[in-house]
Amino acid sequence: MPGDHGETPPTARGNTGETPPTAHGITGETPPTARGITGETLLDVRGLTVEYVSEQGSVRACDDVSFTVRRGEILGVAGESGSGKSTLITALTRLERPPAVTTAGEILFRPRGAAKPVDLVGLLERDLRKLRWRDMAIVLQSAMNALNPVMRLEAQFTDVLREHDCTLSRRTARERTAELLTLVGLTAGQANRYPHELSGGTRQRATIALALACGPDLVVMDEPTTAVDVVMQRQILANLLRLRERLAFAVVFVTHDLSLLVELADRIAIMYAGRIVEIGTAADLYHHPRHPYTEGLRASFPPLREPVRRLSGIPGSPPDLRDPPPGCAFHPRCPQRFAPCDSVLPVLGPVGDQQVACLLHTGGPTLGHARKERTDDALGH
Amino acid sequence: MVRRLLKDWKVRLGVAVFAAFCLLALLGPWLTSALLHQSPTRLDLNAVSSPPSSKHLLGTTASGQDVLAQLVTGTRESMLAGLVASVLGTFIAVVVGVTAGLAGGIVDSALTGLTNVFLTMPGFALIFVISGYTRGGGPVVIGIIIGLFGWAGGTRALRAQAMSLRNREFVLAMRMLGESRWRLAMSEVLPHLIGWISAMFLGGFVGGVLAESGLAFLGVSDPSTVSWGIMISDAQQGNALISGMWWWFAPPGLCIALLGASVALINFGVDEISNPRLRGANRALVKRAQEASRAKEVSHAR
Amino acid sequence: MLSDTDGGVDARRHPEEPDAVPEPPRHPEEPDAVPEPPVLEAADVTMHFTVRGGLGRTSTVKALEHASLRLRRGRIVALVGESGSGKTTLARLFALMYTPTSGEIRLRGEPVGPRRGRAAREYYSEVQMVFQDPFASLNSMHTVRHNLARALRIHGRAGRDDIEERMHALLERVSLTPTRDFIGKLPHELSGGQRQRVAIARALAVGPKVVLGDEPISMLDVSMRLDILNLLARLRDEEDLALLYITHDIAGARYLAEEIHVMYAGQMVEGGPTEEIIQNPQHPYTRLLLGASPDPARTLTPGGSSVFADVEDSGEPPNLTDPPPGCRFHPRCPFATDSCRRAFPARTELPTGQWVHCWLYPSGAST
Repeated sequence: MPGDHGETPPTARGNTGETPPTAHGITGETPPTARGITGETLLDVRGLTVEYVSEQGSVRACDDVSFTVRRGEILGVAGESGSGKSTLITALTRLERPPAVTTAGEILFRPRGAAKPVDLVGLLERDLRKLRWRDMAIVLQSAMNALNPVMRLEAQFTDVLREHDCTLSRRTARERTAELLTLVGLTAGQANRYPHELSGGTRQRATIALALACGPDLVVMDEPTTAVDVVMQRQILANLLRLRERLAFAVVFVTHDLSLLVELADRIAIMYAGRIVEIGTAADLYHHPRHPYTEGLRASFPPLREPVRRLSGIPGSPPDLRDPPPGCAFHPRCPQRFAPCDSVLPVLGPVGDQQVACLLHTGGPTLGHARKERTDDALGH
Repeated sequence: MVRRLLKDWKVRLGVAVFAAFCLLALLGPWLTSALLHQSPTRLDLNAVSSPPSSKHLLGTTASGQDVLAQLVTGTRESMLAGLVASVLGTFIAVVVGVTAGLAGGIVDSALTGLTNVFLTMPGFALIFVISGYTRGGGPVVIGIIIGLFGWAGGTRALRAQAMSLRNREFVLAMRMLGESRWRLAMSEVLPHLIGWISAMFLGGFVGGVLAESGLAFLGVSDPSTVSWGIMISDAQQGNALISGMWWWFAPPGLCIALLGASVALINFGVDEISNPRLRGANRALVKRAQEASRAKEVSHAR
Repeated sequence: MLSDTDGGVDARRHPEEPDAVPEPPRHPEEPDAVPEPPVLEAADVTMHFTVRGGLGRTSTVKALEHASLRLRRGRIVALVGESGSGKTTLARLFALMYTPTSGEIRLRGEPVGPRRGRAAREYYSEVQMVFQDPFASLNSMHTVRHNLARALRIHGRAGRDDIEERMHALLERVSLTPTRDFIGKLPHELSGGQRQRVAIARALAVGPKVVLGDEPISMLDVSMRLDILNLLARLRDEEDLALLYITHDIAGARYLAEEIHVMYAGQMVEGGPTEEIIQNPQHPYTRLLLGASPDPARTLTPGGSSVFADVEDSGEPPNLTDPPPGCRFHPRCPFATDSCRRAFPARTELPTGQWVHCWLYPSGAST
């Protein structure tokens, strides 16, 4: 009878086999703890501002962005198009190209073994190149762009490995490549393939393996699974989490999919119009969103299993950054705006365990009133 | 789009030079006869082979014709040949290319075959033979011949573009509204090909001018008319190079080069518009912003 | 400030308060009571594409196999699947962009063959499509007015006197108000959500009975997606439209549709009333898909385990030029048997109103 299978959804066990636990030798040292997150700050971004300059005036794609990432932590950055999340990625990795210019702020990065943090903003290209791959790696949305289409995977891995350790022999490099590929759930045989011979999901796995090649402390990911289907997405992310446990790297994960981040990230930062409007743990943000934008964004994802009720999304459209609204950039779309919102720019400040940039939460006599309204709203009229 | 085009100094320069030639072609003959009292055909036997002077601003030919007057008249003739060639060539290319690209199937195969035939024909030699046959036709006939044999190259590009546009969602959506094929082509597809077509038109224009000059130089032309090609051809026959009469052959040669350069400049701009990757960031602005941020840091550190 | 909101939406389908009890079937009279005849129907359609490779080699992409689907007035049917599952192929068959290799498309029971000219226009006056990418589906060189005016003119739905009025009425219907501000705009002056509304208004202009939505929200910013879904729901309710909603997002399908059909690699694997499919999925692939979809509630409810903990690699969908025989899911299926490799199972109707194509269920169990 079919009911037998209906009770507990089986996980489909495929034929790709188990991931062999052969991580040692990749990082060269053992992670600090099993879970990987220590209290130590790995990345400390302060007041980062990135502008796109043009004759018509400059556009601030990232405006006074501050956050920290601890070792082994996954920080999710969620935002819509034009929120500045992709600009943030390129600025963090110092890969931004003109007309984008970092005009203010610092990115303090403290890789393992470094005595004190270095400010990536002031660093020369030469020193940056040393840091990349070894301490910091990037995974982009399109694996096709990250991989060289006319080189076999193995050659690309060997290039990266030997770039940072010239003493590495070809044979060892080949062994490491095989090791890295099995780490992300591919077979060693796939090292001989060209990127175009692989499916989108497999390519994305290969890019993740490539990013991990030199055992970085930080992996920056820009919508790494947006182009792959949900089943593959889940497999890739599950694998990523397992690797994080084992190799203890931290991740900055940028996506528009908040519901995915809630499941994946330890903490989440919400960006709107170039600014972080709220940052907190995934659970806090999901259960008690403080910023009206976070609230709206959370309510933009219909539930999968919970009872369905009418949701309304967020009215209006994201602002034009060439001509941002005064005060809080969200105020034209905000259902809870009040008098000062169109003139006072809210700054990120602590509210409970979260940090929120919203005038509803920065004290003053309006607080109680506004908060009450908000609760009523959440109950739904 | 036009306004964006004109922002680029290269385009502005190109347009200015091109416009100057057009004006010259339109008004030039009247100017030379009314203001300078010169005619391209009158022989001034008092000043044969004379270098530029106040009377003959660009000197005279070996038979005493005023070079400036010839140049100006030649501008009209050469550009007329170019215009006829490019209008006709572009028209055929658009009709054949867009039809083939949009229709697909047998129509596409037939038209592509035709295009390939014309593409592989030794064009210039054919033009040479046929214009030799129609000798005496003047710039319009030359232009028609050049146009008839020179359309194939652009057709392939237009066909490829039309094919990719055919499957774009906005065309599918309009087709699902029941829009007729004719309107799909004219109203939905053609506007997107304007960049290509205008580039092709300009290229055809210069090609026409060059082909006409080449034919004239080789002697396949109506000797009673005056064009840049005929001037150079005459200069060559008059041993201008050997006798150092640079004022005879240099001006028409320069005019051809200038016209070609102006069209190339305009096409650069069109390319940059249609392919934004070619547009670089404004380096000066970027540098200024970087310096400003560095200065801020320094003052911060202090 | 131009409003992008969807104002008065009939909340019939979605009560504001979460239901304490499992939702009753949304159309209790169906499917048992005399079902209304479908407006548009795909009857056992198969679509194979011949692809010409280099050196004269040809291969066949078996994009769709024996798919059947019925669209009825006032109902939204969601077609869910990953890329390459054949869902877009089926929509395009409905849109007469291809001629099926076998099987037929029926409009009100009448088979529809390949059509051109006036016959095609007649069909399209009843069946319209909303495309995935509103940046691509509107010609960047034409204003909103051009799009709407052409749609109205082609189908003779407006004369010279009332065309302006009709266009404004259309914009009103898709909540692009004040309409005066939108009618003269070019696509690049509009946000993604607004463009998609224009595309919907254009489809509505011909007065269709069926609208095919090919992932109409997947290219939009997250905060605008629900507005479009609510708009589609309102059109279903107010205008009695039959809607096909194609998506890869099963949560969105659940929000909008009364019926969900799941496709895998060109085969329809399961279908039925939305809540049955979500709460009680039968086909192993449907379960895999549901298990892989983001569901924050599952992770964050007390006692909920990390959803990533038990995820194993389960392979990838097959290449459709050389698909596995039988049920195409069998290489990834934990329950695969010999029968799965031999043949694609017949449809099994379940008492819940679901049907499933799977050898785990005795064929003809209740048919």
